[in-house]
Amino acid sequence: MVYARLILMRLLKAVIVLLLIVIFNFFLIQMAPGDPAAILAGEAGAADQEFINQLRERFGLDQPMYVQLWRYVSGIVMLDFGYSYRLGVPVFDLIMDRLPATLLLTGTAFVLSLVLGIVAGSMAAARVKKPSGSLIMALALVFYATPLFWVALMSVLVFSVYLGWLPAYGLYTVGAGYTGFALVLDIAQHLILPATTLALFFMAIYTRMTRTSMLDAAQQDFVKTARAKGLKPSVIQRRHILRNALLPIITLAGLQAGQMVGGAILTETVFAWPGIGRLMFEALQQRDYNLLLGIFFFSAALVIVFNIFTDLVYRLADPRIKGAS
Amino acid sequence: MKTPLALAISAAAFAFSSAALAGDPQSGGTVNTIVQPEPPGLVLGMVQNAPTRTVAGNIYEGLLRYTTDLEPMPQLAKSWEVSDDGRTYTFHLREDVTWHDGEPFTADDVVFSADVFHRELNPSARAVLQHVENIEATDDYTVVFTLNKPFGPFLISFEAGTFTMVPEHLYAGTDFRNNEHNDHPIGTGPFKFANWERGTVIELVKNDDYYEDGLPYLDGVNWHIIPDGGSRAVAFENGTIDVLPSGTVENFDIPRLSAMDNVCMTEEGHEYFSPFAMLWMNNREGPTADKRFRQAVMYAMDREFAKDVLWNGLGNVPLSAFGSNARFQNDDLEPYDYNPDRARELLAEMDYDGEEITILPLPYGETWTRWAEAVQQNLREVGINVETQASDVGGWNQRLGDWDYDLAFTYLFQYGDPALGISRTYLSDNIAKGSPWNNVEGYENERVDELFNAAATAFPDEKREALYHEVQEILHEDVPVGWLMELGFPTLYRCNVQDLVTSGVGVNDGFKDAWLER
Repeated sequence: MVYARLILMRLLKAVIVLLLIVIFNFFLIQMAPGDPAAILAGEAGAADQEFINQLRERFGLDQPMYVQLWRYVSGIVMLDFGYSYRLGVPVFDLIMDRLPATLLLTGTAFVLSLVLGIVAGSMAAARVKKPSGSLIMALALVFYATPLFWVALMSVLVFSVYLGWLPAYGLYTVGAGYTGFALVLDIAQHLILPATTLALFFMAIYTRMTRTSMLDAAQQDFVKTARAKGLKPSVIQRRHILRNALLPIITLAGLQAGQMVGGAILTETVFAWPGIGRLMFEALQQRDYNLLLGIFFFSAALVIVFNIFTDLVYRLADPRIKGAS
Repeated sequence: MKTPLALAISAAAFAFSSAALAGDPQSGGTVNTIVQPEPPGLVLGMVQNAPTRTVAGNIYEGLLRYTTDLEPMPQLAKSWEVSDDGRTYTFHLREDVTWHDGEPFTADDVVFSADVFHRELNPSARAVLQHVENIEATDDYTVVFTLNKPFGPFLISFEAGTFTMVPEHLYAGTDFRNNEHNDHPIGTGPFKFANWERGTVIELVKNDDYYEDGLPYLDGVNWHIIPDGGSRAVAFENGTIDVLPSGTVENFDIPRLSAMDNVCMTEEGHEYFSPFAMLWMNNREGPTADKRFRQAVMYAMDREFAKDVLWNGLGNVPLSAFGSNARFQNDDLEPYDYNPDRARELLAEMDYDGEEITILPLPYGETWTRWAEAVQQNLREVGINVETQASDVGGWNQRLGDWDYDLAFTYLFQYGDPALGISRTYLSDNIAKGSPWNNVEGYENERVDELFNAAATAFPDEKREALYHEVQEILHEDVPVGWLMELGFPTLYRCNVQDLVTSGVGVNDGFKDAWLER
């Protein structure tokens, strides 16, 4: 009952926040130089004034700003995201078309980084003064500090070009005509490099955070009590230390999860992964306002949903947290 | 479905690459190539940007095709006649052509495409059609175009990308932009549209009912969509991609890729477009408003260096406003050779006070950024105080459209005739804010206007030549813009892909004749 009310309150606030975000984004985009009609005309290589005017009229860009804003916001309220200027396809369809590929990539990377990060961090915490613990931390630091695009390019160079083990780009093998299990296997192979690339950075953060947080928790009095009770070290490590160390990790996981829709621009570009990140980047370059605003909307909505979700998970992990936050 | 086969073929050809000999064409196989960036749509005539032309030029056709010397070849029109006064053009169409949906292609389609569809939607065709008074189908397979006045480049305007034939039976009387067939383009070309997996691939398959005997040889063409230049290079390196059309990888990757085994390169196939890189110079204000300053810029730039270092020695440093692929080039002009001393003299003569000017690179990748750096260095060496300003495509468009720049890089297509591709940069009635493709520099010269306008409608060619030679002399002296380079865009391909480039528009309609040697 408490949960239901909490969720309801948070959802109500979320709607207001989302509406403000939509309006803010609308003006933010208008501030970028260049308009979509000019860019489309530019791309066509030859354009007379008639052509540009036709485009502006079709997109409604010939209307005053407040009319454009009103049209857009009233559309959003009815869940109508309009058409992409460049592709002439409904924005909602475009996003839904690309969403599965992006969620597959970011979801895999999320699970991968979270699981491996916590495992590696726990191991490092248990081996504080040993070389193996230092090695884990050194690796985590390297992954943390290396730019994503460099990792992506190098992994392609090593695993695709030199070793030839993994496909370099794409979601599946074009023209191979795989179906069923063969297709799943094919996609899985294509997924390895981009998902690993994307996971490395967050994995490093989870590792460092888990270790610090666990070492911190290990100093607490209840751990001394547990030791004094004669519990096995592995049980103390898991049930007492790790569980108490989880809160900051949940916070971070909530943030990473919120980025699942739009957070993989670089990875999707380098690996030609047909996802939302690429769609967003291209929309930005094309000043495809409707498409860009649509993607912003979905990203913002996802962040809000995961914030609420994170708050709920806090309560599961630590029953001491109660009431509205 | 044929990719494993195609790969096997590539591998086999790789093994005997030294023994590869061009024999009789063989049928079969699928070619994997690149389209960059992903096109917004595939209905030529509705969209005319480069990636759409690249793919859809194999689906749609025009009345004529052009050789790499830009001579017309028959395509949908099997023959044509020009009247003695240069005003009437009669095209005789092939009688065995069908659209991909089985309907016959007739003169009515030509009239509809030209008179209705293109007049409404297509700015490049519109520029030609303003000279056309009347278009008439005299029988099912004969079309007569009557012009207001003779128009020199008329016969070179029928390339598929510019003057596409669209099916009347699917478009007449509909809202063209929302027509249901736009998702599934229907043309007359050698390949049919099969599938478009957005963000991944566009697949074309062989048109089994194609009217030219035995053509096409290939079973299909897959156009891969890979947004990152480095990844495109890798895809070619590891054998997934057989053909890299011009401009799909960065120039600095080309020496490495072309040195690989079984990789061939051709510079042919861009003659129709013949992209001409220029430096806009704002003729309205600042130091660039002074002719002597603009001449100084021409002398200060080491264009041969840029060609050798940034463009791998491909392309051509132009003499003046007319490139080597444009007709009527005046060879008697004194070239603006690299001469920093002359540049300093001119700057001293005009009392240039070191006022800072800006240079805007073209936001099309690394080569252009480096080129701007090279020019900046050249200009600084002669004492011009110049700063580079970065922008993205949208920002670049707006700066040029608002005339808010001093120097800016661009490149323009020449379209095989000065009246189509060159005069637009210099005509004063082509000055209008809001477009980066017209007379952006703001050059106004009555005599130049007169000469260009007279030359476009003069008849026959000897008269045009005299007028164009005179206009080049004036432009050469005034330097309204900087003439940087006619760009050389190489196409890279596996050597067992034969007869890939057979026309002046390269791979845009090249897969028609291509075949895979096994």
